[in-house]
Amino acid sequence: MAVSVMTGSRSVATAVKLAKPEVIAAYPVTPQTEIVEDIATFIKNKELNAKFIKVDSEHSAMSALIGASSAGARTFTATASQGLMYMAEVVHWAAHARLPIVMAVATRALASPWSILNDHTDFLVQHSSGWIQIMCENNQEALDTTLQAFKIAEKREVMLPVMVGLDGFILTHTSMPVDVPDPDLIDSFLGKRMAPFALDPDNPLTFGNVVDDKYFMEMRYKMFESMQNAKRVIKEVSEAYAKLTGRSYGLVECYQCDDAEHVIVTMGAASGDAKVAASMLRKEGIKAGVLRLRVIRPFPKEDIVEALANRKTVSIVERDLSAGIGNILAHEIKSALYDAGAKVFVKSFIAGLGGRDILPEDFVNAVKSAASGKKGDEWIRLNLG
Amino acid sequence: MIELVFQGRGGHGAVMAAEVLAIAAYDAGMYSQAFPFFGGERRGAPVRSFVRIDSSPIVLHSQIYKPDILVVLDSELMHIAKNEVPAGNIKPNGLLLLNEDSKEDAEKDLEGLGISGIKVAFVDATKIATDLNLVVAGWPVINTAMLGALVKASAILPFEKLVAAIRQYWPGEVGEKNVEAAKKGYELVSFLGD
Repeated sequence: MAVSVMTGSRSVATAVKLAKPEVIAAYPVTPQTEIVEDIATFIKNKELNAKFIKVDSEHSAMSALIGASSAGARTFTATASQGLMYMAEVVHWAAHARLPIVMAVATRALASPWSILNDHTDFLVQHSSGWIQIMCENNQEALDTTLQAFKIAEKREVMLPVMVGLDGFILTHTSMPVDVPDPDLIDSFLGKRMAPFALDPDNPLTFGNVVDDKYFMEMRYKMFESMQNAKRVIKEVSEAYAKLTGRSYGLVECYQCDDAEHVIVTMGAASGDAKVAASMLRKEGIKAGVLRLRVIRPFPKEDIVEALANRKTVSIVERDLSAGIGNILAHEIKSALYDAGAKVFVKSFIAGLGGRDILPEDFVNAVKSAASGKKGDEWIRLNLG
Repeated sequence: MIELVFQGRGGHGAVMAAEVLAIAAYDAGMYSQAFPFFGGERRGAPVRSFVRIDSSPIVLHSQIYKPDILVVLDSELMHIAKNEVPAGNIKPNGLLLLNEDSKEDAEKDLEGLGISGIKVAFVDATKIATDLNLVVAGWPVINTAMLGALVKASAILPFEKLVAAIRQYWPGEVGEKNVEAAKKGYELVSFLGD
């Protein structure tokens, strides 16, 4: 293992190099990140032996991967924002076709107006696409999660694509020390992709054909079941990875939760700022903790209920918006708590849209507002002049 | 934790300066983080880049508003973009490092900014870069001269770690030229009040 100072984009590209996919397809223009540029360089320098298909759009990128993955190849792409929206039709197809494609999403705000900056709406509106979705807190986790994503996706009891989310700009452009595992270690961890069903002229099978109403629902049920299996598989893969690297990740991370009366729920890079806020609150005598959502799909309902049910308040801070209702995940969290009969006071905060910064003091204020019992959603750092 | 902001324009190399400093700090046994903030990636537009250096792992990802050190690559920005990183926000006993050709001009830069209780240093990085022909598309690339001056004025890490980081970042001849610029910056930086 060797530590280098690298960006989040380079961390993902480095993980891809170690995972040795056979096919990468990407549209290399805005809103693309340096992830695919770095991968193209690795291929040019013969550090990675893979076919890089340059396509004319993100829709074509995913379509090319659907073909390659159907033929049994390990595949990867990256996109964000408008690119992900343009790709959406085939994003859903890839999951429904049960193809273990891995895609990095450098989360970015959606136009209009144009923004190159961060928020999570692009990533979260794909939450019913059938993809496993994992959101990373830092560059190290982006590298580790990308490696784990191939393993999770390709498991026979899962066979679903995985979207690895990392905060666009905030992580993609931030340089930090990252521990890069030894290639031999990753070879032993991942091995080659085993494709139980693949396009093969010697063993003809049919893919994506028309079905009538006798089969469709059952196929969706099987997908639903595999998504449930993924909760266990993600934990198992993380444990296996931890044996090799010493780093393990759960479906969620609960920070300073043991005796916490007030818990902040958030995801992505700002979770670190939330952790600093929890420590600031504790210095003031307010017992605060942080629940970081890492796996979004499958939705880790049980872990969330366990972490939140017996607190005084829960402050959900999300950098996304579903206009007409508010935060996207808050309702799923409230629903999980309701099902469990929990009586905890939950308050939702809309923050960080289009690159608006979220500071530790914002999390501090959110917790204090929730603790005061003030009802209703709040917008953080909104300045209407 | 030391928090540092570079304030410059697209083309000055503020983003690369932050990355090189983060590499040098990690190499010197500290945890580090570097990140940029810019609206559009274009030459001449105001750019900020940020560096955190700490003895323990860094979890913050928000921007830096009250730095220990502010490095200004173009003094004009202190006035026209003063709401972004006000020089008046530098922490007590902090450092303001300016790219200026004389003590008089450096003093003039500070007028009306309400700065007190910090150290102010300056170096003529533009001249250093121009003399070494470190010019890209007509712009003197002043980042490494400023980094040399920064390491001298702040003593945040050993100079040889900066040199090693520059060589790692720009292998070959370009790196050597930048090492020269850093050395000049290190030698020529002076404090106001000296």
